[in-house]
Amino acid sequence: MTTDHVPAKPPFWNNPQIRAVAFQVVALIATVAFGLYIFTNTQANLQRLGIASGFDFLSSPAGFDIIQSLVPYSAASSYGQVFLVALFNTLLVSALGIILATLLGFGIGVARLSKNWLIARLALVYIETFRNIPLLLQIFFWYFAVLRAMPSPRQSLNLGDAAFLNIRGLYLPAPQFEAGFGWVLATLGIAAILTTLLVRWARQRQMVTGQQFPVVSAGLALLIGLPLVTFWLTGSPLHWQLPELQGFNFRGGWVIIPEMASLLLALTIYTAAFIAEIVRAGIQAVSHGQTEASFSLGINSGKTLRLIILPQALRVIIPPLTNQYLNLTKNSSLAAAIGYPDLVSSFAGTVLNQTGQAIECIVITMAVYLSISLLISLLMNLYNRRVALVER
Amino acid sequence: MAEARIPHPDLPPPVSIVGPIGWLRRNLFSSPLNILLTLLTLYLLVIAIPPLLRWTVLNATWSGDTRDACQANSGACWVFIRVHFDQFMYGFYPDAQRWRVDLTVLLLIVSAAPLFIRRVPNQIKLRLALGILACYPIIAFILLTGGFGLAVVETSQWGGLLLTLVIAGVGMTAALPLGVLLALGRRSQLPAIQTLCVTFIEFWRGVPLITVLFMSSVMLPLFLPADMSFDKLLRALIGVSLFQAAYMAEVVRGGLQAIPKGQFEAAAALGLGFWKMMGLIVLPQALKLVIPGIVNTFIALFKDTSLVLIIGLFDLLNMVHNATTNPAWLGFSTEGYVFAAAVYWLFCFGMSRYSQSLEKRLHTGHKR
Repeated sequence: MTTDHVPAKPPFWNNPQIRAVAFQVVALIATVAFGLYIFTNTQANLQRLGIASGFDFLSSPAGFDIIQSLVPYSAASSYGQVFLVALFNTLLVSALGIILATLLGFGIGVARLSKNWLIARLALVYIETFRNIPLLLQIFFWYFAVLRAMPSPRQSLNLGDAAFLNIRGLYLPAPQFEAGFGWVLATLGIAAILTTLLVRWARQRQMVTGQQFPVVSAGLALLIGLPLVTFWLTGSPLHWQLPELQGFNFRGGWVIIPEMASLLLALTIYTAAFIAEIVRAGIQAVSHGQTEASFSLGINSGKTLRLIILPQALRVIIPPLTNQYLNLTKNSSLAAAIGYPDLVSSFAGTVLNQTGQAIECIVITMAVYLSISLLISLLMNLYNRRVALVER
Repeated sequence: MAEARIPHPDLPPPVSIVGPIGWLRRNLFSSPLNILLTLLTLYLLVIAIPPLLRWTVLNATWSGDTRDACQANSGACWVFIRVHFDQFMYGFYPDAQRWRVDLTVLLLIVSAAPLFIRRVPNQIKLRLALGILACYPIIAFILLTGGFGLAVVETSQWGGLLLTLVIAGVGMTAALPLGVLLALGRRSQLPAIQTLCVTFIEFWRGVPLITVLFMSSVMLPLFLPADMSFDKLLRALIGVSLFQAAYMAEVVRGGLQAIPKGQFEAAAALGLGFWKMMGLIVLPQALKLVIPGIVNTFIALFKDTSLVLIIGLFDLLNMVHNATTNPAWLGFSTEGYVFAAAVYWLFCFGMSRYSQSLEKRLHTGHKR
């Protein structure tokens, strides 16, 4: 006869549920205690230093000039306006950097896969060189060793009498729009609408009849041709204002300040190396069987790339690519090192030093970057859900 | 009588398919477009390489001690590097004490060398690695800062490559374990722990390192009691470590997610507790999977050490930058930056190559 052997009840501290609750309570208490500790210290320190916390300082006048601003700004403007100018400068250099780095990166990524040995090797050398050198060093190189070493305005490098490069920056001709230019823009809008309709019609026709319509060439002809005709009919309402040497400096035209130019150059070259690797990996991730299957269906190589390979490669490319865009935006904060008036250098730098509102300035700056990151991650997740493989 | 069939001997393959000519035809001149591209690239190389070579080697000045020595030649003035070399390596570390830096580096190289020799058995390697992790930081700390009879050297005197390596080394050793813990926390079943870890990771990943360094230099003093003050270097170290730990956590999480659920369940079925399950079953597999990601994070960390110049630490880049603004040596910024770039490149490229070889060696099974 066997007696029912009741195992001894394990001690309560070995009960997983109790343990889980205990761990979490301890973690939460530790976090809250740490937060309180910091909070009380900060309060005490602020009182000791006589700093009033709050965001009132944003409306007081700044009293310093900014070398580049997209919105009207003068030394009499408020700290709040400094924030706006700085934010726009950050966004400007990030947007331009993203566009240029994508173009260069895709080019080099494709070159890396080229059948041409020389070109593939050159692309490899480019990638391995630039992604292994710190970005800050590259920015310094372009700024201090290249652009700061440019001649004075009088000895400017003359690029075809239209653009001039000197120590003050790159001077480009600026477009001057005249009265009739609105018509050209209006036709461009009409052409865009027409192209959209054309694309929709062509897709429907292909669905029904299987016949393809040369959408790309027809669309381009519409988009470029119509505005050109209007441009000619309205009597060329556009002139280029060339920069001219007056006294010690150039007047007129657009100027790209050396800080912006070197930051943009370094960001583009550095990020393009990473994008190139992403593009290469993405294209290689599409199995070769896809290409072979496509060829055996009689699809030519251009269409194979466009219709078979790229859509599948993009699924792999886009997530890390967005990461690089985010990195580029965050890296644009290195502007502080060469004095490009971005968020970190103007707001978390100059404004912080002038007002002493360390916590507010840093918190605002971090909040901006954080919200950009979270926003892009959110969009990314939405996109991912749309293109993710639907497995049956 | 039937004739014997004597097969004609195989013809050699056409010269145009194999050998150097075949290689050229296949790789450089396979189509009209490729021919054009090849010729264009060759032309660009012919234009670019000779001046580059002339500047760096042929017309460069290698010997001498003053800038006047460079006047005669049109190329690079490597004298600038030679004169400042000690500064670039040690920063403002006192001349008489520099043997301590050399000894610190030498100790690490000698003690860690067996780790990189394949014949040494893994058991010994593991013990050695743990021994180094436990003892070396203490020895290095004493050697570099002083005490125990050695003259004290303030951290504000550290600089150059020494400072870069200190920040990178401390950052790497702190970021990896911290990142593993954060990744485990993020994958945890406990909602409070998970939320804390996710918030921590997303916060650090969402802001640029510069703002973190700014924060550590202007906000940290406000967070601490008035009588407590941190060394500037230590503040930067904390900032860099926390920042990179968040990135490391995401890399490790990728590895954890790639481990099939069966591994966790099998470990639990064998009666292993959480830490044994993670330490013995899951993490060894997960970390092996993400070696490239870990090394990439290390490389990023190494490059990011250059950012400490923003808060006024004199790392390699800042020393070079400082030397180029020296009034006695104006106009040699290109040489300086090229030198710094070469040093950073050597370290980063070395790391990436080592990770590739490691990855190949550890690639057991699942090979397609």
